[in-house]
Amino acid sequence: MAEHVHVAVALDGAGSHPGAWRAPGAQAHTLTTAAHWQERLAEAEAGLLDFVTLADSFALHRGHPRTDRATAGLDSVLLASRLAPTTRSIGLIPTATATHTEPFHVSKAIATLDYVSNGRAGVVLRTTADPDEAALFGRRRFPDDPAVLADLASEALDFATVIGLLWDSWEDDAEIRDVATGRFVDRDKLHYIDFAGDHFSVRGPAITPRPPQGRPVIAATGAHPTDLRVIGRGADLGFINPREVDDAVRAVDAVGTAHSDAGRGIADPALLFVDLFAVLAASESAARARRAQLDEWAGEPFTPDSAAFVGTPAGLADEIERWTAVDGVSGVRLHPAAVPEDLHVITREVVPELQRRNRFHDSYTAPTLRGHLGLARPSNRFAAGKAGVA
Amino acid sequence: MTKQVHLAAHFPGVNNTTVWSDPESGSQIEFDSFVHLAQTAERGKFDFFFLAEGLRLREQNGLIYDLDVVGRPDTFTVLSALAAVTTHLGLTGTINSTFNEPVDVARQFATLDHLSGGRAAWNVVTSWDEFTGENFRRGGYLPEDQRYARAEEFLTAAATLWDSWRDDDVLADTASGHFLARPDAGEFEFTSTQFDIRGHFPTPRPPQGRPVIFQAGDSDEGREFAAATADAIFSRHATYDAGRAFYTDVKRRLAAYGRHPEQLLVLPAATFVVGDTDAQAAELAHEVRLQQVSGQTAIKFLEQLWNRDLSDHDPDGPLPQVDPVPGENTVAKGRASVRMHRDPVAVAREWRDLAEAKNLTTRELIIEVTGRQSFVGSPQTVAHTINDFVQADVADGFILVPHIVPGGLDRFVDEVVPILQELGVHRTDYEGTTLRDNLGLARPAG
Repeated sequence: MAEHVHVAVALDGAGSHPGAWRAPGAQAHTLTTAAHWQERLAEAEAGLLDFVTLADSFALHRGHPRTDRATAGLDSVLLASRLAPTTRSIGLIPTATATHTEPFHVSKAIATLDYVSNGRAGVVLRTTADPDEAALFGRRRFPDDPAVLADLASEALDFATVIGLLWDSWEDDAEIRDVATGRFVDRDKLHYIDFAGDHFSVRGPAITPRPPQGRPVIAATGAHPTDLRVIGRGADLGFINPREVDDAVRAVDAVGTAHSDAGRGIADPALLFVDLFAVLAASESAARARRAQLDEWAGEPFTPDSAAFVGTPAGLADEIERWTAVDGVSGVRLHPAAVPEDLHVITREVVPELQRRNRFHDSYTAPTLRGHLGLARPSNRFAAGKAGVA
Repeated sequence: MTKQVHLAAHFPGVNNTTVWSDPESGSQIEFDSFVHLAQTAERGKFDFFFLAEGLRLREQNGLIYDLDVVGRPDTFTVLSALAAVTTHLGLTGTINSTFNEPVDVARQFATLDHLSGGRAAWNVVTSWDEFTGENFRRGGYLPEDQRYARAEEFLTAAATLWDSWRDDDVLADTASGHFLARPDAGEFEFTSTQFDIRGHFPTPRPPQGRPVIFQAGDSDEGREFAAATADAIFSRHATYDAGRAFYTDVKRRLAAYGRHPEQLLVLPAATFVVGDTDAQAAELAHEVRLQQVSGQTAIKFLEQLWNRDLSDHDPDGPLPQVDPVPGENTVAKGRASVRMHRDPVAVAREWRDLAEAKNLTTRELIIEVTGRQSFVGSPQTVAHTINDFVQADVADGFILVPHIVPGGLDRFVDEVVPILQELGVHRTDYEGTTLRDNLGLARPAG
């Protein structure tokens, strides 16, 4: 039997194409409402997708201010939490901007999302050197210097280390409620993490007890070589954007090398998903026409940050099989050009096609996100006496 | 017109008032506990649900405090999830202005307001201390005298960000291709002693315009801050005389800011015990106090005031003969209460006098001096007392803190609320869709 592949979807506003908000059914005036997102998540869950990622940025505009781009500007962690009680099985992976937020806050927020969703939480750690975004915080400036990117990646790695240590700072059985001795908690099972890095230090322990998954899934996007090192050293899940199969092989190698260099004890090694922008229709010519129409709505041709697929559901299934045939690639993260249309085709046609080929699950088989991904629940480093291992 | 009683539900947290040893006591962390309490409050047509936050585990004598509930979830994340399982209940969260940045907090509250259809409220607190700062990038860098300055500037910055969008800035006109009505939607610049920020705020104006603003500090500075900027005060004065004095004082301060008394609601935190009869309630209330203050808890309380190790002291004996250690409290970390004891030696003297006069052991004395329940009695007694207090301007309503999770509000909602409704002082249905509607607060102009 051929191995099952993983399929996830990235949700970014009305779609990944900047013209998507003008498409029929986009309902862009409802982008800030819970009902809008609930409908999308219900669709993704009905399609048995492993998880959704929710895009996030503090920037309103990419570049100069303009009126022809749709925005919701919602905090994706709160959005994921709002959606968690309305779903049962699908994984929820919002985005946190490591460059500008506090690891202590993000750690407890994602732990809480894990409680609220009964073990379906993850987080994409994002870095940004955008000077406009930095000006919203007023704390740091980004000179035009390539060393900055490497430094942000190293900060993100520290961020991943700290949130993981905070999740482990409570042993699973720290709460004892021992009426006889009057102790609610066994303080010997709570641990200071005493992390000190170049950008921040955190004492710990966490304020929130260890979440259901032990450690929610940490994900990162591999746009640059430095990001691939972050994936290799600190993430459970990596999103890579090869244009050719050879690129994917190289990315797998780079992540693997970073992983073994770090000698890390976390999930071994990170699962890699190929990012794929998708414009779908019943025929290839109809798909090309849809893309042209989206470009026209956007006022200019759009080039995605990842490889693009424009074609039929069966063609996309072929494409998914081609990418996942690369040793070390576990699945794809599809970026629907326009939601709901492309999401609809993914759940109603692409998924059934993969199921016909026996390449995709017929039902959710595990209650947690780690379970969907085949990742074990990590043991606690402090309980195991391995506190020094990041 | 008869004043209406506002009611809110406080999810009980890490204080010793939360009884965890009772067989009825459930999880403080599992989401089901939050759902139960919030849905019970909504069944009782409460105005809002209130959640505090903690940013560092408390310590005493250099050790993590282990006698009370330890651990809490993240405030924003829980409130957002509760928006999915409630439809009218306001969602109020304590968020600190020292270890956060305005753009992040303003965006989180705007998000919560959008995703709840206009039910978000922010209880602004200034900070704790360097001890808490050890968990954050900023560390404990902020001198104490700058904390209110930062809080005020933080709140002004947040208001600037929310107001940077007009209500009609989102056009989403698919025909013309204009999503925004103007390119400078969200544009802002804010400079002050603490902040130098500019750009475009990413989130469109939320349903309430701005979330409802609560203030919790009790100092003179805190009261002025509330009079100038807050929509509601979360106070700790739930007794008749102290409540009336506080109420009169803060309402008097509003005029200086061109505001009217009804623009600032006074909502003290209040505890309660409901029994079949007044006598049975009194008995229950005493049992609850015994659960709340064990012998060990009494000693730990004593140490917080005495500022020294008293682990050898007998809780069933008299108070210690030695005096408290004056000066900075080195025993208890992460507690607001230690700062309330301005003169520990004088307080200790009062306690000794009280213990002697009433012939109390250490534990009995601590039970006596650490907050008895605000409302104790039969459903009739509790309902009438609450209503009498509100009509007498002790408060505009109460934020009820049950001592048990998750069922601690059940009896109040089932038995006390109907009496208040019969008296015509508590709603039988929500007035509007937003928290501002239900609190009778105007929506700020954009």
